[in-house]
Amino acid sequence: MNRSRRKTLQAAGGLGLYGTLVALGLLPAGEAAAQAITPAAWQTKSIADTLKALGVSAPADSKDIVINSPDIAENGAVVPVGIKSNLPKTEFMALMVEKNPNPLAGAYTLLEGAEADVNMRIKMGQSSDVFALVKADGKFYMTKKEIKVTLGGCGG
Amino acid sequence: MADPMRIRATAKDGVADVRVLMAHEMETGQRKDASGKTVPAWHITEVTASLNGKQVLVAHWGPAVSKNPYLQFKIKGAKPGDKVSVSWVDNKGDKRTDEATVG
Repeated sequence: MNRSRRKTLQAAGGLGLYGTLVALGLLPAGEAAAQAITPAAWQTKSIADTLKALGVSAPADSKDIVINSPDIAENGAVVPVGIKSNLPKTEFMALMVEKNPNPLAGAYTLLEGAEADVNMRIKMGQSSDVFALVKADGKFYMTKKEIKVTLGGCGG
Repeated sequence: MADPMRIRATAKDGVADVRVLMAHEMETGQRKDASGKTVPAWHITEVTASLNGKQVLVAHWGPAVSKNPYLQFKIKGAKPGDKVSVSWVDNKGDKRTDEATVG
């Protein structure tokens, strides 16, 4: 990532200019469309702080987001979790585990061609609520699901 | 250089189902070794996927992703014979790119 360019753009007035540059074809659309993940977002200790670090305020609850995972995971070191969004124009999805040392586990920016259906495997220290944050058509939505872990995955 | 990824991409009804298995330690930075010293974090931070050279997905990961990460996603409009390429970068700057053909 080109940091100096990023800073310059931020200083130049953020999204407005960014959008113009993309429209003019001066910047690759991929990078411009990516939701900014600040380093701080990985360090936060709670869901609320993580949302703040991602620049999200009060996401709406949505039934159109599905967290695809077992209700009970035997091994916390390998918990299969999938996020599927049925919201139109889904452009960003993130997964957060409330009781992990740092909740944010993974964030996905969907560019043209990608379906809003991503599966991964994560570590969970203990049973916890798992939150899926979705950005669709410029708005943020969230849903949660409890996953019980019988054997923690973060210990030594 | 890290071990190669295993990528499998299958097209069905115009949508490619891509499954990727990466070889990586994904050390969280929370664990301690036998002498009580913290094992430094070492994990993949960014994964990008492209179809025929055009980026479709950018993933940012924290240390909470499991060891030897598995990722599954879907690409619309992919046909058999198309090239899917996946790259990752870890927090030590190591990187790897692998490519597979949609079958």
